[in-house]
Amino acid sequence: MESFFIYIAMFLCLLVILALYRGIAGPTVLDRIISISAIGTKTTIILALMGFIYKRSDMFLDIALAYAFLNFIATLAAAKFFRGRKSIIPGSRYIKNRGGK
Amino acid sequence: MKHIILFSVLYLHWIIWSGKFDAFHLSLGIISSAFVTFMSHGLFIERKKVSTKIIAESIRFIKYVPWLLYQIILSNIHVASLVLSPKMPIEPKIIKYKTKLKSDIALVTFANSITLTPGTITADIIDGEYIVHTLSRKVADDLMSGEMEDKVADIFDEA
Amino acid sequence: MAVLAVIFIVTGVFFFTTATIGLLRFPDFYTRMHAAGKGDTLGAFLTLAGLALYNLHHGFSFDAILISIKILLIALFIFIVNPTATHAITKAALNCDVKPWEKKETSK
Repeated sequence: MESFFIYIAMFLCLLVILALYRGIAGPTVLDRIISISAIGTKTTIILALMGFIYKRSDMFLDIALAYAFLNFIATLAAAKFFRGRKSIIPGSRYIKNRGGK
Repeated sequence: MKHIILFSVLYLHWIIWSGKFDAFHLSLGIISSAFVTFMSHGLFIERKKVSTKIIAESIRFIKYVPWLLYQIILSNIHVASLVLSPKMPIEPKIIKYKTKLKSDIALVTFANSITLTPGTITADIIDGEYIVHTLSRKVADDLMSGEMEDKVADIFDEA
Repeated sequence: MAVLAVIFIVTGVFFFTTATIGLLRFPDFYTRMHAAGKGDTLGAFLTLAGLALYNLHHGFSFDAILISIKILLIALFIFIVNPTATHAITKAALNCDVKPWEKKETSK
């Protein structure tokens, strides 16, 4: 059963690398943000799996929860920061419409 | 009242996550829960009319969750088939959806339900109108049929 | 119970895979949001539920139940939080007038 968990974790790592492509190549800033958020969710699962592989679930689950919290707060903060800024769209130099609506 | 509820929830989480039951950890939990309750008591809004209805609402909400899970799985399979089909027959569109819900908690529950169901994302609420981005025509029709809204209205007694 | 756990985990990983493929294939920001925000939520929920089930298959000792409750709490947290983050990013995009992609026939 451990080898099954290891294979699943390796497959998730492969998915993380695929999602990282969108993070590097994404045309807008928001593409990068959702890519990082998706990677964070996958990392939470990988941490929980590692707890089962090393038989230390109690410790790794705490780390997984902290990672999920950090991921959520980082995404929210980035979304709030970029709201109403024209710099999201590549190619536009000026900043207009600050403050939303 | 809301302080007691917040304190109990925080303390329960402390007990579950620490996993230790000696006197030192339990008293440390009481101190830190009380501190966090004191620091964040301004953040939480009390409901306008607290009544005995809240128990009935909770029971109806718990009944609503399995139906929501079933819907989520169904439409997730739909989105997965869209992703995996080579021609990718998607028709993204932004639609407006007029709602009849009034109270804040019903609006939030309905918005989160829409976002959880794959194929639809709530972007904003302006004057009781949801702005929803839909992925294909099928999910837009599902939303427009209003079944989910009826269920949410039923929970919070706003038919 | 272990078989059930394996089925849950494999289904969850399948949804993760479709979410990532959608993230790579879809044409614009909003549609990528659909794939990433929701496929990940269900995938994470199913995988964690499978792990919680597998954790109980040695027997219902007190520690095992506590760890399963922890796993389910993480799953519940992801379930509440992911739609919220999705909604926040979409609202930011709408406020910046990011144009949604449309089909070639309907766009002018």
